[in-house]
Amino acid sequence: MSDIQTNISAADVNHVDGHPGKVILRTEGLTKHYGGVHALVDCDFEIRKGEHVAIMGDNGAGKSTFVRQITAVEQKTSGKIWFDGAYRDFGGPLEAREAGIETVFQNLALADHLDVPDNLFLGREKVLFNLGPFSILDYKGMREATLRGLEKTGVKIPNINNTIQYMSGGQRQCVAIARTATFHSKLTIMDEPTAALGVQETAQVENIIRTLKEQGEPLILISHNMRQVMELCDRIVVWRRGRVCANLNVAETTGEEVVAYITGAKTQAQYSSAA
Amino acid sequence: MSDTAHGIGGLTFDASKRDWPPEAGVAIALVLITAAFEILGRMLYGESFLFNTREGVEGLFNTQRLQVIILQVSIIGIISLGVTQVILTGGIDLSSGSVVAMTAMIAMSFAQVGDINGIPNSRAVFFDSGWVNLPVILPVLIALAVGLCAGLVNGAFVAYTGIPPFIATLGMMVAARGAAQWWTAGQPVSFPTESYAAIGGGMMPVAIFVGLAILFHLILKYTVYGKHTYAIGSNEAAARMSGINVRRHKLMVYAMAGLLTGIAALVLSSKNLTAQSGMGLMYELDAIAMAVIGGISLQGGRGSVLGTVLGALIFGVIISGFTFLKLDAYYQEMVKGTIIVGAVILDQWRQNRVAKKM
Repeated sequence: MSDIQTNISAADVNHVDGHPGKVILRTEGLTKHYGGVHALVDCDFEIRKGEHVAIMGDNGAGKSTFVRQITAVEQKTSGKIWFDGAYRDFGGPLEAREAGIETVFQNLALADHLDVPDNLFLGREKVLFNLGPFSILDYKGMREATLRGLEKTGVKIPNINNTIQYMSGGQRQCVAIARTATFHSKLTIMDEPTAALGVQETAQVENIIRTLKEQGEPLILISHNMRQVMELCDRIVVWRRGRVCANLNVAETTGEEVVAYITGAKTQAQYSSAA
Repeated sequence: MSDTAHGIGGLTFDASKRDWPPEAGVAIALVLITAAFEILGRMLYGESFLFNTREGVEGLFNTQRLQVIILQVSIIGIISLGVTQVILTGGIDLSSGSVVAMTAMIAMSFAQVGDINGIPNSRAVFFDSGWVNLPVILPVLIALAVGLCAGLVNGAFVAYTGIPPFIATLGMMVAARGAAQWWTAGQPVSFPTESYAAIGGGMMPVAIFVGLAILFHLILKYTVYGKHTYAIGSNEAAARMSGINVRRHKLMVYAMAGLLTGIAALVLSSKNLTAQSGMGLMYELDAIAMAVIGGISLQGGRGSVLGTVLGALIFGVIISGFTFLKLDAYYQEMVKGTIIVGAVILDQWRQNRVAKKM
């Protein structure tokens, strides 16, 4: 694999959109086929430290597929991924998480009958002694780390030792988001975090996103909510039929223009293959 | 949007908002059922169910009855500890009873004596091979291995072929019963060595049940294995996305259930001093019933070993209570069936009520 660039120092110098941070994630030619369905075709994408990037597009445009490839929930058909300065080929979701990619999935991925710390540490529990599968859990350590994570994101939950099954949608979403803060992730991905939430709960989640922005945490936000994207993000990347068709600075675009790209009325010159 | 709902450091720990442990309800049910037998006994026969009323016998309680109550549920209780884990992952194990028979037949045939009162025991399965009077460790290890293998086969089918656990373990239920008959062409296996007979002698089954219950209580509550068991039953997709190896874990859980069934077979055949291909009939259903009465949700993810132990005790109290009230065995079965269904309905009702309260 000698053709693979093992570091992205060259990209650091080349500030394409004027954002000063170093590149945290870059994909090149990322492609995913499900049998004959080309769900994702030749996607080049880049996000820098401190940057909040929105991914928009119609249903089936490839947004969630893109996320599933970079988080290794599915294995990509082809393409290259650099993360945190190195070429990476994650074998599974746990590897991606351990590298620092933290995802808030559309369907939350929480276990109803477990409490807040258990959910935060699901799949990578803190242990006191390592005895393989029978390792002894470090409940105290997980509880303390959970409190720090909740405090960092400003999430308020009545009792973190209750199971989450009767929590409101907003509280559950906050638990899912707090997971990212607890693990000092290098990149947070949120897949429609407010799609199922009420007005107040949406505001609560948006506040957490602002908190992440203040702390310089990079974020990929998948959303259909134009107001939300315009308010919270620096850049919008538009997907259409599995391809990227636009890369827009929020400051230099309008909602109407974004809609034109989503619907296919417009395509940026550099992405002419997606037209 | 007010600051009360969103603010840094606004974390509270209101003890009143803590969930009630589901075991509390099961414990209350146990007390109520015991009290009901006590009252009925005094009303109908003027006898006490629980307390010692006999002349010339020391002690507050009727210890003999208490011993019987726990002794008669301890062997199925051991199976139930494994079944509990399987149900916690959202699965089911119908093979336990047949695996008990298969394991007991095979293990017992390696534990037979060479001669009975000086007469050669020529009906011993391996008499001709000379495999008689073997050290007890051998049949014990064989029992554990056979149980474990049956569990591994169950687990492999459930985890790697994607067929429903109901079907996979139903297949094992039929196949293991066949294997139990095939092993000796239907002949019972008897006359174990003294050391083998000691495994299930006296109150040993209770000691083994209690010991294993404590062990698995600790494992489920304090180890990664336990946490993942609950997580898979609660939300399998979430567990997978969190990086838990769901397949491997299911394999382990079914293997564990098989191992516990093997232990139960060892204790049962030792206690009975014989193994027959028809033994352990319907044990799987009793074991599932104990777990369900103890509050283990058949949907998975909810319940505990403590609940199962309480469920087993309720089971024992009911059987003893009916005998105490001189009720026919036919009624016992009918009432047992009603209680199982009743326990699930009650549990659902309780769940809905909690959901509304929140």
